[in-house]
Amino acid sequence: MIRLPLVLMFSALLFSAGVYGVLARRNAVMVLMAIELMLNAVNVNLVAFSSSLHQMSGQVFALFIIAVAAAEVGIGLAIVILLFRTRESINVDEVNLLKW
Amino acid sequence: MPLDNVVFWVFAPLSVATAIGMIVVRNAVHAALFLVVNFFTIAVMYLLLDAPFLFAVQIVVYAGAIMVLFLFVIMLLGVDRGDAPGERLLGQRTTAVILAVAIVAELATAIRAGIGFTTRAPGGFDAVNPGGNPSALADVLFRDYFFPFEVTSILLIVAAVAAMVLALRRSKSLSQREIETHAGDDLEAYGLAAPGAPGTVGEPSR
Repeated sequence: MIRLPLVLMFSALLFSAGVYGVLARRNAVMVLMAIELMLNAVNVNLVAFSSSLHQMSGQVFALFIIAVAAAEVGIGLAIVILLFRTRESINVDEVNLLKW
Repeated sequence: MPLDNVVFWVFAPLSVATAIGMIVVRNAVHAALFLVVNFFTIAVMYLLLDAPFLFAVQIVVYAGAIMVLFLFVIMLLGVDRGDAPGERLLGQRTTAVILAVAIVAELATAIRAGIGFTTRAPGGFDAVNPGGNPSALADVLFRDYFFPFEVTSILLIVAAVAAMVLALRRSKSLSQREIETHAGDDLEAYGLAAPGAPGTVGEPSR
């Protein structure tokens, strides 16, 4: 049995890697991939607590997160393709239409 | 050292290394391949944490479907399209590194304050999964979380339809490039020229 804090630290490292990716990368596809990394870290956390607390709900929530992540990737990549069609670029720095 | 600890200490550094590789590497295809390895290591983590059904779901959905979608879009938009050089915000990378390290430190503090670093996780596989993992999962999912399950199915349908609507909206509005390249010279192709002007009837528009 793996100790719970080890798994939590592991998922914290994964999550912060995802945070760095979202903050620093300019390619929109790379930003979406970093978001996937963060969602996976949260899933590991949920499953770890599910195993530790003997509650099945954590695994159910992880399943929901996987389903929502699939929907999010579909919408996100459609938006990226639309962005590429209209702006000829997927650099998120150049998308400043809603910027104040 | 028990076997699952060995597996954890093999796969956890591999997972963190592939995650860091994914966010550091410039080429988008290399990043996607790093992400595939990362998904597989996380699937192994699910196996270690008594969730074999999620192990299978992780491989099928993430490493299968989502990665195919990512690679498809990367190939569609051009493989060599990495990050643009230069920074628009001054010190963006440095600030991002500082914030990421700060989040790790903050979470470590929270874990230490919450459960302590010496907590040993109790129980075993059978305590978490009475009657097998998929059966126990289905029992909770279809009894306690039936309404959220249905809402998720609606969400997936809406997402699929919305993705199609977003990706297919081509005929009505012109893209920026079309407006620039066809500015002025090709107006009759869109029916904007005056009727009777030379070259509007019978000529195929490019």
